[in-house]
Amino acid sequence: MDQARDGDVRRDGPGDVQVVALAADGDVVRARHAVRDLAVRLAFDLVTQTKLVTAASELARNTVLHGGGGTMTLEPVQDAGRTGIRITFADEGPGIAQVDKALTEGWSSGGGMGLGLTGSRRLVHEFSLDSAPGRGTTVTVVVWRRG
Amino acid sequence: MVRTGQVLIATLGDELDDQSALGMLSDVADRVARDRVQGVLLDISALEIVDSFICKVLGDTAAVVKVLGAQVAVVGMRPVVAITLVELGLPLTGVATALTVDHGLALLAGSAAAVGPTGREGGGPGPRR
Repeated sequence: MDQARDGDVRRDGPGDVQVVALAADGDVVRARHAVRDLAVRLAFDLVTQTKLVTAASELARNTVLHGGGGTMTLEPVQDAGRTGIRITFADEGPGIAQVDKALTEGWSSGGGMGLGLTGSRRLVHEFSLDSAPGRGTTVTVVVWRRG
Repeated sequence: MVRTGQVLIATLGDELDDQSALGMLSDVADRVARDRVQGVLLDISALEIVDSFICKVLGDTAAVVKVLGAQVAVVGMRPVVAITLVELGLPLTGVATALTVDHGLALLAGSAAAVGPTGREGGGPGPRR
């Protein structure tokens, strides 16, 4: 994956994949704005927007705090006439040894990661977590527009 | 932060990053001790989202204010934020909430009258009776 640096938000043409660098606290706010802007532009209803932005905030914070920084990739997706948003959070941090456990309700690695993962999982339609020790962590979520 | 009578109203801005949220906690604690107010309202009506970190800071701020001996309520939560927090499994348990600043003031006045100046945990939404 391409890396965006220094708080850069990059747009790649009309199909527009945006990559937001996640290095510090302020980048989490920037990530929330980017997700909100796309959800508004795709006419998501307010509840779905709010759930998606909240989930993105949790996951962006995880990337910054636990992954040592990384990127958020944001893109519109289409499937069988449905419109959705896919967001991928990727870092090259220490990774997660027990992925199943990390997704168990109420389980926390000690740094508050458990709630961020299990909580954000409840707010989206599709959720996948790919991680292993030393291999970093990639979390991908998809939310579909209602109706 | 504005003071009205014996109540301090802290309004949280929309661009709330984690450090600003933690700064708000210590600012509120300092003002409560310095101004010796009897109550604090944490106005979150400008917040478009409340995630687990902001929720924890709100809960911690409320706990600190209570320990200092003042009443506290979180006011102005947007309906979509409430829906999302409940879904996240973080319904701000143990923290008094009210729909608006006016409801919050009535809630604090009601608790002060009901339990006196020593303070006690507030109830759910709406004025305490």
